[in-house]
Amino acid sequence: MATMLGQAEAAPEPASEQLPEITGRSPWALAARRLWRNRIAMASLVLFLLIVVVCLAAPLYAHDIAHVNPFVNNLNGTTIVNGKKVPLMQQGGGVLHLGETPIGPTWDLRHYFLGADAQGRDVAARLLYGGRSSLGIGIGSAVICCFIATVVALIAGYFGRAVDAVLSRLMDLVWAFPVYLLAISISTVLLTSANGLQVGPLHIAASSLWLPTLIIALIYLPYVYRPVRGHVLAATEKEFVEAAVSQGASDLRVIFSDILPNVVSVVIVLLPLMIATTILTESALSYLSVGVQPPNASWGTIISDGQDLLYTRPWVAIAPGIMIVLVVLSLNVLGDGVRDALDPRARLRVEE
Amino acid sequence: MNRLSRTALSPAGPPAGSRARARLQLSKRTGGVAVVAALALAAAGCGGSSGQPASSGSSSAAAHKGGTFTILASSAFGVADPAQNYTLEEWQLLIDTHDGLVQFKRVGGLPGTTIVPDLATAVPKPTDGGKTYTFTIRRGIKFSDGTTLKPSDFVRTFERQFTVPGPTSFYSEIVGASKCKPKKCDLSQGVVANDSASTLTIHLTTPDAEFLDKLALPFAYAVPASTPFKLTGNHVPPGTGPYMWKSYNPNTQAVLVRNPYFHVWNPQAQPAGNPDKIIEKYGLQVSDEVTQVENGSANEVFDGDVIPSDRLSELNSPKYAHQVHVNPLTADWYFALNTKRPPFNNVKARQAINYAANRAAYVKIGGGSSLAVPTCQVLPPNFPGYKPYCPYTAGTDHTKWTAPDLAKARQLVQQSGTNGAKVVVNTDIPDKALGEQMVSDLNKIGYKATLQALSGSVQYPFVQNSTNLGKWNVAWSAWYQDYPAPSDFLNVLLGCGSIHQGSDASPNIAEFCNQSIQSQISKAESLSLTNPTAANSIWAQIDHEDTDQAPWVDMYNPKQIDLLSSNVEGYQWNPQWYILIDQMWLK
Repeated sequence: MATMLGQAEAAPEPASEQLPEITGRSPWALAARRLWRNRIAMASLVLFLLIVVVCLAAPLYAHDIAHVNPFVNNLNGTTIVNGKKVPLMQQGGGVLHLGETPIGPTWDLRHYFLGADAQGRDVAARLLYGGRSSLGIGIGSAVICCFIATVVALIAGYFGRAVDAVLSRLMDLVWAFPVYLLAISISTVLLTSANGLQVGPLHIAASSLWLPTLIIALIYLPYVYRPVRGHVLAATEKEFVEAAVSQGASDLRVIFSDILPNVVSVVIVLLPLMIATTILTESALSYLSVGVQPPNASWGTIISDGQDLLYTRPWVAIAPGIMIVLVVLSLNVLGDGVRDALDPRARLRVEE
Repeated sequence: MNRLSRTALSPAGPPAGSRARARLQLSKRTGGVAVVAALALAAAGCGGSSGQPASSGSSSAAAHKGGTFTILASSAFGVADPAQNYTLEEWQLLIDTHDGLVQFKRVGGLPGTTIVPDLATAVPKPTDGGKTYTFTIRRGIKFSDGTTLKPSDFVRTFERQFTVPGPTSFYSEIVGASKCKPKKCDLSQGVVANDSASTLTIHLTTPDAEFLDKLALPFAYAVPASTPFKLTGNHVPPGTGPYMWKSYNPNTQAVLVRNPYFHVWNPQAQPAGNPDKIIEKYGLQVSDEVTQVENGSANEVFDGDVIPSDRLSELNSPKYAHQVHVNPLTADWYFALNTKRPPFNNVKARQAINYAANRAAYVKIGGGSSLAVPTCQVLPPNFPGYKPYCPYTAGTDHTKWTAPDLAKARQLVQQSGTNGAKVVVNTDIPDKALGEQMVSDLNKIGYKATLQALSGSVQYPFVQNSTNLGKWNVAWSAWYQDYPAPSDFLNVLLGCGSIHQGSDASPNIAEFCNQSIQSQISKAESLSLTNPTAANSIWAQIDHEDTDQAPWVDMYNPKQIDLLSSNVEGYQWNPQWYILIDQMWLK
């Protein structure tokens, strides 16, 4: 006991010399550490990255393995099944011989692994190329949306008053429309017209992937703007902002050096969830023929192409459907993980 | 000759042609409708492959009366006013509820294109150089509301053509029609009714060899003189046919019941119907319609609804094959080539893509060889003036297409000096597969082609309007006869007079105008009034000359699938009206 007490009493100075130095960790490092420890979130991230890598390898698969051009009709083509040459399109049998049915999955990576679509094109190759479009548009539109919404929210929240009123009403205007209705309306006008988008010298062709990217980014602006603006409003009232202002910091400096770092975590939490949402939106628009335009493919257009083959060649529609589910699921789980990592108290609040 | 739409009328104004479309198989087809004078048609006839009429008449109709015949259609046909509606969907019902002065013979096969008297006692010979038609109207016929039919009812019927927004160009040659306005129309000089003598005289400003055909269209079917000038909306005015409209709700169904005042006056024109009630239900997916008809829950999948390609395999099976009928349509699916702009202002370039076009691929997209037949020429088979001709094929047989001739095509591209030219292929979104095939064909012979896919409602007006000629080089289109007269293809689609600058209704999409051919068209049209056989020879020559000039790349002539429930008998295929609904009966 005496020893213990003696140790305890004597402890302060020698102990401080022996214990490792406590290194301060930034909130970002702590968040990264928490995310790293979230196995489910990391598994989702790995799955998402795997899908991205596989889709990026689409040209490799099409040119070097399957030896197909998935953007050109191949109605009179043939392939090899069990060592035999078979036509890609097979005339209906029975009594009437109605219709032409494309070949189904061969499960052979070199020969129409997932079969052909109604135009004799390799579904597997189109699936990978479609993934490039879907992921590119999804990620691109989410990033653009988050960037613009954050900038606008910073300006509106910091300057307040008339600036806030005008910008917020503009966002409300976009918000007033149902998301898909607005997206379909704009897409119908821009994507299915001969001219595409012409704004001054800027011209984007109707077949360009930039058009659906920008349209989807536009329609989701208020959904990012609203929560970010709320955090900007709260941050603007903080003492450190008053201190910065009283020291003569410029508005830009206050916005980007003091306020932005305090709201960027909100944007980071929203980003994966927005990517999942925009990929779904892109697929829906493409399915309705007002998204990605031919000859480009996306998962939505492939589902649309496969709709008329559901009874006979269901894999044409199912395969891109599975890809969409996997991507959206992984991004949603990852998004939850990022939220927990950046704001662990949020989960506690939910649980309470 | 306005554009015909299966689902809704396009108030087009000038002649625009019948290019309404309804999905069939892998691509789209038009629910077109036809009219004809007593023309000597080629022998092959309708009722192809399995589609031979199950019964060629309704002689024992009395024994077959009764029951409710149910049709399933994916959507309704828009506003029901017969002065406006321009859809096969309503016309198939209107022929059972209304009558015209004349009518197409209500039978299956080629005889069904013959004009017979309906409310008139006889088909008159035109007088005054083809500008006057005098009809004697039958007495004792009543509308379904009990009022008696009078010649003066027709005056209002024709006046309504010009007060109700609709395809007025069919009757624009009636004297006085040019002065008609939407709020007021007076045709007392052009349509002269004498109720006491029961005669009706129609005066035209110019002779029209197809006027009787036009009178057999539902636009000209009699409605009471009390019918308002304005659109009646979804209320169909009373008619004189064996059925009357009990109700029509575009969101649910149309119901036809027997007209208590009907009696048979000319069974060739308007025979008595068999079912007691005809119901057309709206809103199902076509695939579900197929399932219901297979199960016997309904009796017919509407003609214009395209049966999904993945349901065809079960229709091929012996279990259902006897319920399926396939018939050739007098229609063309084609790409128009922009003759006003390089590279296709050069005839050799136009011929080159005709040689390169892989029509076998287009046929596969169109549902395969059982549902589409490759063609190189404008006129479809079984049509007046049709003589097989296909110079754009490999091999020496120039009567039918066998394979593309890429070597010849490349040679012509070199000769034309257009190698490497940029080409924009315009199509509507549902037919993008055809457009992509055309892009592929063009690229094979040295062009740099790209696809321009527009929404269905935009594409047809877009390519017709001459102000857009600078934006495309090749445009997809399809045409279904208004009536089986060669001029309906050769003059309406490729005549100089069918180019309307700046209009969305300019059916000569290619803007092809050849004065030599045009003078032959004029000659054939005037000869059609007096000597149809000689006129048809000239039409055949025009067809071949048009083919040589290659303003189009003709792809194929489509066929129509009809699916009926197993308890239906009496199927007849009329080239004008397709299925004759009221002539079928239920076992």
